[in-house]
Amino acid sequence: MTTITFIHHDNRSQSVEAADGDSLMLAALTHGVDGITAECGGNAVCATCHVYVDEAWTAKLDPVSDDEDALLDGTAAERLPNSRLSCQIKVQPALAGLVVRIPDKQS
Amino acid sequence: MNPTNHSQNSGVAPGIPHLAIDPFSYDFFDDPYPAHQEMREAGPVVYLDQWNVYGVARYAEVYAVFNDPQTFCSSRGVGLSDFAKEKPWRPPSLILEADPPAHTRTRAVLSKVLSPAVMKRLRDGFMVAAEAKIDELLARGSFDAIPHLAEAYPLSVFPDALGLQAAGREHLIPYASLVFNAFGPPNELRQQAIERSAPHQAYVTAQCQRDNLTPGGFGACIHAFSDTGEITPAEAPLLVRSLLSAGLDTTVYGIGAAVYCLARFPDQWARLRDDPSLARNAFEEAVRFESPVQTFFRTTTVDVELGGVVIPEGEKVLMFLGAANRDPRRWEQPDSYDITRKVSGHVGFGSGIHMCVGQLVARLEGEAVLTALARKVGAITMSGEPTRRYNNTLRGLESLPVTFTPA
Repeated sequence: MTTITFIHHDNRSQSVEAADGDSLMLAALTHGVDGITAECGGNAVCATCHVYVDEAWTAKLDPVSDDEDALLDGTAAERLPNSRLSCQIKVQPALAGLVVRIPDKQS
Repeated sequence: MNPTNHSQNSGVAPGIPHLAIDPFSYDFFDDPYPAHQEMREAGPVVYLDQWNVYGVARYAEVYAVFNDPQTFCSSRGVGLSDFAKEKPWRPPSLILEADPPAHTRTRAVLSKVLSPAVMKRLRDGFMVAAEAKIDELLARGSFDAIPHLAEAYPLSVFPDALGLQAAGREHLIPYASLVFNAFGPPNELRQQAIERSAPHQAYVTAQCQRDNLTPGGFGACIHAFSDTGEITPAEAPLLVRSLLSAGLDTTVYGIGAAVYCLARFPDQWARLRDDPSLARNAFEEAVRFESPVQTFFRTTTVDVELGGVVIPEGEKVLMFLGAANRDPRRWEQPDSYDITRKVSGHVGFGSGIHMCVGQLVARLEGEAVLTALARKVGAITMSGEPTRRYNNTLRGLESLPVTFTPA
């Protein structure tokens, strides 16, 4: 288990104990974190599991793939340099304490 | 009676349940839910004697088959017909009826053509068209929601987005109906569809050519990828054909399902009117609840253990998407239409590498129609008995007489 903190659009903070190996998207759905829609269920089609990764963590994640990059161009909320799709981030002990912000809209 | 034998037999795992259900019969289409339940309860894997195929109706096994494309392949056809043994009725699809690595390349092209970024550019136009359609229907009052809404709205936006010429569009729905009937067994629906297919096939083949596609549309965008080498010029028309096969009729059934749900469940309609931002999820939940695409087949490439039984190589496995989407092992109150349900993970659009590549177009159309309904319509009343349209793969209505009252 790895502790991940989601910060909602209203600044409410929600920490969850995520299962290692799950995607961040699945961890959010499993723990009832609202604001991660994940319409495609993690198949990298829809760009509705968009998060902003806390600046302290962006460099510690695997880089954005070409597919994810193309999908991020279609997010409903503004794409920022720290935008990621949470279905593409795998929970692992090295990410203990990761903080991500949830945008105001996903579609 | 030999007690030793008896004790040995009692330790043997029960064999695979053989069921007499014909999932391609009119009786089944009229009410598939008791048979879905029978299959789910019989075991994780069942055998359907009518067509000599394995079946999976529980969510876990449907998900597992979808997500192991190496073992459960698509290149031998995603209908009952095994392309390794039987000549396909049309040249196989380069994406639906293909496996990696060939599939990876063509899928990447269609993913780019139908990406979230492209949907952002289409969004306003689709929304305006939906509002105009609902205004027109409100003025009319009473009408059949299948031809006049579920068919008319996609026909007003999708062929233009694809870049089709105006002439001949009446072939689109019959062609798609043919494609989805052809996934079924050699029953009356399939045989009749194929016998009558020639004019529709001729239309589609011609429209897939580059010269017949308007610049800027999905079709022209596909052909442009043959200039940069991602696909060959010979592959481009067949990829355009995929959008003609799977891009229109499916959304007709999806929108029809959503309107039918909202007409049947006034409490959910009231929630949608209170909060039109639920429109997109209300459409998604209708896709789970009705599962417009009911079934797809895969073919095993090796002997494989699934749900405790071994399926030999070269066998057809039929996935029941509609049954998985109502499996109580996965869904709370699966038989309730709930527009606030967290519906992520349903398999109405499939799952894995073959998950519907046009799902974003479908959602945009569904959201546009339901948003316009929620804003403009006060009541949806059924003004006659709905009738079912029969198709080997698609579940939906032929007719849905309704009356719209203004908000």
